[in-house]
Amino acid sequence: MNWQSWQAFVAMGGYGLYVWGSVLVVAAFIAGELADVVRRRRAALKTLRLLGVGR
Amino acid sequence: MSTGQVYIDERAPVAGAARAGQGHVLWQYASPQRFYALAGRLVPWFMAPALLLTLLGLYVGFFVAPTDHQQGEAYRIIFVHVPAAWLSMVIYLAMAFWAGLGWVLNTRLSSMMARALAPTGALFTFLALWTGALWGKPTWGTWWVWDARLTSELILLFLYIGFMALQAGIDDPRRGDKAGALLALVGVINVPIIYFSVQWWSTLHQGASISFKAAPTMASTMLIGMLLCSLGLWAYAIGIALMRLRCIVLERERGTDWVQRLPEVQRLLPAEVASAKKEST
Repeated sequence: MNWQSWQAFVAMGGYGLYVWGSVLVVAAFIAGELADVVRRRRAALKTLRLLGVGR
Repeated sequence: MSTGQVYIDERAPVAGAARAGQGHVLWQYASPQRFYALAGRLVPWFMAPALLLTLLGLYVGFFVAPTDHQQGEAYRIIFVHVPAAWLSMVIYLAMAFWAGLGWVLNTRLSSMMARALAPTGALFTFLALWTGALWGKPTWGTWWVWDARLTSELILLFLYIGFMALQAGIDDPRRGDKAGALLALVGVINVPIIYFSVQWWSTLHQGASISFKAAPTMASTMLIGMLLCSLGLWAYAIGIALMRLRCIVLERERGTDWVQRLPEVQRLLPAEVASAKKEST
């Protein structure tokens, strides 16, 4: 086991800002990309449904 | 259509949908209609391994791999930095390949695939630069240097942005596809420049993490963590590109009957029925 405590895990030997600033930003951008594609699909389907109602 | 459906609508089916069901099995899937369904079935088969492999890779990286004797814990940025940097280059090659294929063979689906890959490639390029800056500060003492590796990776980001901006600026989709293909193919020259930059020019950036010629110099658990994260994010990139491709197909094929017949299109939400009624009266 690498970490003696939760605090040691967060601190990353003094590099916590850099390590978590990398990992969490990657996670956040991936979550954002997923949300964006889901929103894009909903918007496309809504447009298509409204087109279908109109004809 | 191989299912023998009869179209009673007055709208003529467009070329892609009309061609579906003819020829070799691979060409059948060049039809947006066929591939839309296939991509929908494939997405979970990429996204589930993506999640599992990435979490396993991060577990190995943070709980099994030892502390680096030179860099301390700062080196653990490698578990996201190297996968992002690899993907930024691999996705560019894939994007240029599909864009070129769509241009040469006149297959619209290939060009749509190139469009679907571009935002994910740009994202991973940005993340490679971001995590690289956060790694550079504690190890080199600077967020950024204008050296060959970093500058060519920044140019890669501009190539992705240029590709998307160019296509967004051209209203005719097929003209946009061709213009984008030209830009993407010219930009391919930048990928070997990025990859070999650490050998060709003197740079702060360390050499390749993995070499085909020499045995790995890092601890095997570090290597395993990095490879697991890479595989996981690679699977994610394919999964999200397929999801985005399905959106692009829906947007571009909106005038066709097969899109209107899709169950997800047929199913009207109550709010949409209400707003449609209000508009028609």
